[in-house]
Amino acid sequence: MLGPILETLIGGLMTGVLYSLVALGFVLIFKASGVFNFAQGAMVLFAALSFARLSEFTPLVIAFALSVLIMIALAYAIEFLVLRHLVNQEGIILFMATLGIAYFLEGFGQTIWGSDIYKIGLGLPTNPIFILESVFPGGLLIDPAELIAAIICAAMVLVLAVFFQVTRVGRALRAVADDHQAAQSVGIPLNQIWLMVWAVSGLVALVAGMMWGAKLGVQFSLSLIALKALPVLILGGFTSIPGAIVGGLIIGAGEKLAEVLLAPVLIRTFDLAGGGIENWFAYVLALVFLLFRPQGLFGERIIERV
Amino acid sequence: MRAPSGRDIVAGDVLLAVENVSLAFGGVKAVTGVSFDIRKGEIRAIIGPNGAGKTSMLNVINGFYHPQRGRITFKGKPRAAMRPYEAALGGIARTFQNVALFKGMTALDNIMAGRTLKMRRGFFWQLLRLGPALAEEIEQRHRVEEIIDFLKIQHVRKIQVGKLPYGLQKRVELGRALAMEPDLLLLDEPMAGMNLEEKEDMSRFILDVNAHYGTTIALIEHDMGVVMDLSDRVLVLDHGVKIADGTPAEVQADQAVIDAYLGLSH
Repeated sequence: MLGPILETLIGGLMTGVLYSLVALGFVLIFKASGVFNFAQGAMVLFAALSFARLSEFTPLVIAFALSVLIMIALAYAIEFLVLRHLVNQEGIILFMATLGIAYFLEGFGQTIWGSDIYKIGLGLPTNPIFILESVFPGGLLIDPAELIAAIICAAMVLVLAVFFQVTRVGRALRAVADDHQAAQSVGIPLNQIWLMVWAVSGLVALVAGMMWGAKLGVQFSLSLIALKALPVLILGGFTSIPGAIVGGLIIGAGEKLAEVLLAPVLIRTFDLAGGGIENWFAYVLALVFLLFRPQGLFGERIIERV
Repeated sequence: MRAPSGRDIVAGDVLLAVENVSLAFGGVKAVTGVSFDIRKGEIRAIIGPNGAGKTSMLNVINGFYHPQRGRITFKGKPRAAMRPYEAALGGIARTFQNVALFKGMTALDNIMAGRTLKMRRGFFWQLLRLGPALAEEIEQRHRVEEIIDFLKIQHVRKIQVGKLPYGLQKRVELGRALAMEPDLLLLDEPMAGMNLEEKEDMSRFILDVNAHYGTTIALIEHDMGVVMDLSDRVLVLDHGVKIADGTPAEVQADQAVIDAYLGLSH
């Protein structure tokens, strides 16, 4: 019994790392503008589409480099055309702007790159690996492609976490999120900060899009994966990078384990069909957190004097 | 008379000159044809009834607003539309009418944010948090601790500013502006909403800043007693137009000022 559970746990954690990466894209922009970037999912789709189509006629490395440039150009365009004009507006206005960007990007991506399902072949090994064969009969099965994806994501998450936790950058981000005008008045270049976080979020979206795309194929539903990041953020706290990491792992492992452990119990006790737990488990967990710890595991609690 | 350049402006020279500046939002005229100057080392008050265009004037000086007409010369250099970042770089710091602090951060971090432009080490060193960057952070901390001592807010350093009483928030905000070591400090109603004791404290800080650091200060204030005690020269605006400019005594005796404040009955 323990073997299959461990196997599920490992699989769940590896998916969780991917969730963490998507969630990280949200956290960066939330930290720097106090806004939930609804367009993050569309950015994942757009980046994955760009990479998939470019890799059809160029080597992977060049396709990747071009995609990076595209995402940086996109960040620049968003900053120049949209954000710059919304300095000092209410958070809800910025949120509406990201909503607009999301739908534009989804459509625009398909206008340029097409709307079929595209494959991303990263050339990752496909033969399953078995570990701990001496402990468990038959060993534990691990998908090497998932393992490599998880390692790449973990490395990226760690690098970004370190980068944004350091003194000056971190402080500037929080300052900008708290008060645009005040941040400008002490000489924090608002536009550069926004450009930076959107560019980095674009890169995060690209890597996430490549990993998910390699797994599921590049298609419209990629933009919905970003919605899985929402419970991750509620769990971890919208402003916390460690929160995004831990939240992603908990959700990833939790939903897989729930499917394996909870489903049989539900079937036996209530005579239910017991399927689909994976689809709602994360959201129920997030709801419970909202009730008891609305700032998340690591989020900062902002107290307003009234 | 020597022409003051950026480096060698001494006390008494013109630090900032505003010439014939007009600012309108659509059809609403906020400021119309206002000229005045701020001299190095003085405390300059800007007063006037509500809606006189005082805050608009400060916003023009630090680059939040760009006037449609007129010229502003800072440190001897006329400037085109300037962004707030460039104003900060040039040595203009400010506080806000409704305290604008970074509410989620501690008092210490808020004041450290004021040192942003003083930090010179690149992202790479920041990333490693080693060597020069660490030394720099420590050095900056020293300067910030001096300011904290000066403003007597040691006891709230580690507290999130959102939780502090209003008077202390105002003081932290002043600290953040001081951390920039500005040449020109703009204070937008530094004593609004304060009780008598807090006002006296704040007045003393303003005088001390001016005396110790030689910082030129321009302030907007409603409390006439405070304005008359603190300032060297007073500019009076009404409906976006300059109606008087002079020493506190001169301004107090000016008929146009009395009319503007007491209301003129025709």
